[in-house]
Amino acid sequence: MRSTKKIRDKLTIASATLLQATSVTAAEAPEGAWNVNTAVLFYSENDGRVSAIEPVISATKETADGDIINYKAVFDSLTGATPTGALIANVEQTFTNPSGNGEYKIPAGELPLDDTFLDTRVALSGSWNTAIIDDYSRLILGGNLSKEFDYTSLGFSANFLRDFNNRNTTFSTAIGLSSDKIEPSGGIPTAFANMKTAKTGTNRDAADDSKTITDVMFGVTQVINRRTLMQFNLGFSESSGYMNDPYKIISVLDTNGDLTTALGVDDLPYVYENRPDSRSRQTFFWKTVHHLTEDVINVSYRYHTDDWGIDSHTIDFHYRYELGNGSYLQPHLRYYSQSAADFSVTSLTEAEAAAATSITYASADYRLSEFVTNTFGVKYAMPVGKTSEFSVRAEVISQVQNDALYPDLDSFIIQFGYDFYFDD
Amino acid sequence: MYKIFLSLSLLLLSACTTVQPWDKDLLAKPSMALVPSEIDNALDEHIYFSKEASMGGQGVGGGGCGCN
Repeated sequence: MRSTKKIRDKLTIASATLLQATSVTAAEAPEGAWNVNTAVLFYSENDGRVSAIEPVISATKETADGDIINYKAVFDSLTGATPTGALIANVEQTFTNPSGNGEYKIPAGELPLDDTFLDTRVALSGSWNTAIIDDYSRLILGGNLSKEFDYTSLGFSANFLRDFNNRNTTFSTAIGLSSDKIEPSGGIPTAFANMKTAKTGTNRDAADDSKTITDVMFGVTQVINRRTLMQFNLGFSESSGYMNDPYKIISVLDTNGDLTTALGVDDLPYVYENRPDSRSRQTFFWKTVHHLTEDVINVSYRYHTDDWGIDSHTIDFHYRYELGNGSYLQPHLRYYSQSAADFSVTSLTEAEAAAATSITYASADYRLSEFVTNTFGVKYAMPVGKTSEFSVRAEVISQVQNDALYPDLDSFIIQFGYDFYFDD
Repeated sequence: MYKIFLSLSLLLLSACTTVQPWDKDLLAKPSMALVPSEIDNALDEHIYFSKEASMGGQGVGGGGCGCN
């Protein structure tokens, strides 16, 4: 009897980090070895819009004490053109670059895209996952820094996890803090001020601005049975500060629906957008992972709601089809739909744009309107030798706007990955 | 939302069987991780974050970006 209990205790300890292992990187590497994940992602959008190359490297190690440390670096290089928020017009349109020094012209009947869009982003992050209090609790501390030429973000997070119920239940409580600074090219535009013709001033009077984001999340992970794991998260996020897109504008139309000609000296018929300086979001997230005879189903649903009026539903589905000898094929399906922000507009009237009448907020950003996104992808992975794995995945993302005045988006990604481990 | 969350949690706790440590062989497989590939997940989340108005759900924080 005693020996049975002893064995049970040993097995319990042996599986001690099971639930944590499922909530952090699935490191196959032996203790003390570095598990390195690398990937390069190529992203491209239709109609010559944005394209990006994104290499990533992430290294994870479990120390002799049972701590798990992770370092990660992401590089992001973007080129191409992005919608400005201005509408297609039946005349040639002239826009000024954010710097105010140059201009670009869009032919009649074509979607206005700002082709000066060019950016490089570097993001560094690290985390430390350690036992705390006793063998049943863990603390994960994380930090991240990302830098673009016009944007800097610094964030910290802490996640406390506790196992109950013979380690079949894990509760988690997490908090995240982020402080961002934006220094747009040309400066911060004045809300609802007109874009000016090149070299006549910019209506961009402030140099920079900032925002802070506080996230709190409560979660429970539950072992349902020998083959099924389920997770529920409830998230709360508060943002405050500058949340406009400093490069987005709104077309101002007259009563005939043409670009206004009632303009001040050197003004163009476009005004800068304005969004609220605070945002409260709530998310509900559910995920289930189920092991079939060989294959694994990973399915999740997220409900998101906020005080900007954006409600969204996301369903995500992965099916890992084992091909044998460690290779697998993994189809991926994702459905996303969102409602429009309360202040989402396609254009403004002359009266609305005039300083005398005050509409408080308006944005013609296509990402704040009502749309549906469908994603279909597939990943193939195969082991290379005993300590590494090669993978390739391709995805097609299709965004369809409810209002035809907003631009639809089709993008394609292909990603190559190589994972390996080594002892240092 | 609190009520739904609590009810679902309690429902879960009452409905599931206790799986003993020695029966956790399948659950311990890397393919059974909640997030089997952190890199794929982070890259996807970054794309969706820059093209959609929602974010979060799976965790807190995760690198700001001027893309949205």
